[in-house]
Amino acid sequence: MAQIFPKKANDLVKVLAAAVVLGACGLGTMATGLWLSPFITQQDVAKQQVVPFSHLHHVKGLGIDCRYCHTTVETSSFAGIPPTETCMSCHSQIWTNAKMLEPVRASFKTQKPLEWLRVNDVPDFVYFNHSIHVNKGVGCVTCHGQVDEMALTHKGQTLRMGWCLQCHRAPEQFLRPPSEVFNMQWQPPADQSAKGLELVKNNHVKVEQLTNCSVCHR
Amino acid sequence: MTTQQHSIARAVNRVAAFFTLALVLVLTSGCHQDMWNQAKYKPLAKSTFFADGLASRPQVPGVVPAGYGARDTLLYTGKVDGQLANSFPEELPVTRELILRGQQRFEIYCTPCHGRLGDGNGMIVQRGFKRPPSYHTDRLRAVPVGYFFDVMTNGFGTMYSYASRVPVKDRWAIAAYIRTLQYSQFAPETDMAPQDLALLDQPVQGLALLDKSEAKTTEGSAHHE
Repeated sequence: MAQIFPKKANDLVKVLAAAVVLGACGLGTMATGLWLSPFITQQDVAKQQVVPFSHLHHVKGLGIDCRYCHTTVETSSFAGIPPTETCMSCHSQIWTNAKMLEPVRASFKTQKPLEWLRVNDVPDFVYFNHSIHVNKGVGCVTCHGQVDEMALTHKGQTLRMGWCLQCHRAPEQFLRPPSEVFNMQWQPPADQSAKGLELVKNNHVKVEQLTNCSVCHR
Repeated sequence: MTTQQHSIARAVNRVAAFFTLALVLVLTSGCHQDMWNQAKYKPLAKSTFFADGLASRPQVPGVVPAGYGARDTLLYTGKVDGQLANSFPEELPVTRELILRGQQRFEIYCTPCHGRLGDGNGMIVQRGFKRPPSYHTDRLRAVPVGYFFDVMTNGFGTMYSYASRVPVKDRWAIAAYIRTLQYSQFAPETDMAPQDLALLDQPVQGLALLDKSEAKTTEGSAHHE
């Protein structure tokens, strides 16, 4: 009986095998690229909010401190999203006819909260706490990026676990003096590693515990 | 088929199976989100359970937080027997720490309108907000300290209440700092240190007032008090 496949078919199999391997590698590379891209991480992607609030205007332009609105950042796990009342503290008097602010006025009148979309979110199995980070010398900018330059708010970092661990493994590289936590312009000194170790010591940061699973996952 | 062909076919099969499995895993990895999005509410989340859609429930009227007790004392009202008090609550002695805390809180919550000097020329005023009175007037130098606490707590004129934003003790700290600011602009010469007197003879150069060295001097005179 004659062979079904000619001898040349052997080459075809090799070519096909190579194509499968290369294709899979290519697919893997693409999937990884996608996983790391802003399309998935949402880093640097602004969300369309009910009011196009500008941190650039309010923080850099007017010099309002983060804590004017995010009042519980030093005392609670949740930094706090300001109630409409906070917006109206100023906007009951200025820009009172601005169309852009109509949802704010409507919310104040009807006592129905504005529905802001969360920009910075971690999975529900992560028990993140703002107060401990702020009180131990992690600056706002370290995790949120230059919020004072964001005309529309977006994530400044990926907030992925690998990213968190950079600091949980070596906090001395990132900590700043307590007085500079809310300073959006602070730059690390040349001897940050040495200064950072001092801050780690003075703030009683237990570095050996920072990579325990249960520090963040309960 | 030769043995060699067999082994190649098997290898190809294995590789194909591996990548199919990997592909299936990747494509289905998004199917289990129940740990990412657990059946629990985070603060200020949206709720489908409560009629008003709020997961964070408003307080029942008249509720008293645990450990607070009577709230009609000087500490919570700034008043004694219904009259604005000109003294600080017993539990809050006026120390350097309290004043420095007050300065920090003042610069967060008050400077947007009142300005760092308390002269009522803050950035929001420069943008059109009604100008608040300067602290450096005879009237406001004469009011009891409870007045400042009361205004922060209940609001005044176009100023909203800051009770929900600034905790009680911080409001007293701010009141202490306002008194310090007033003193910094109205201290008799006899109270001043030689370096402060020397500064008086220098022409004021715009933002030089906000200079750190000078801020320290202000703290210094507060300390004398």
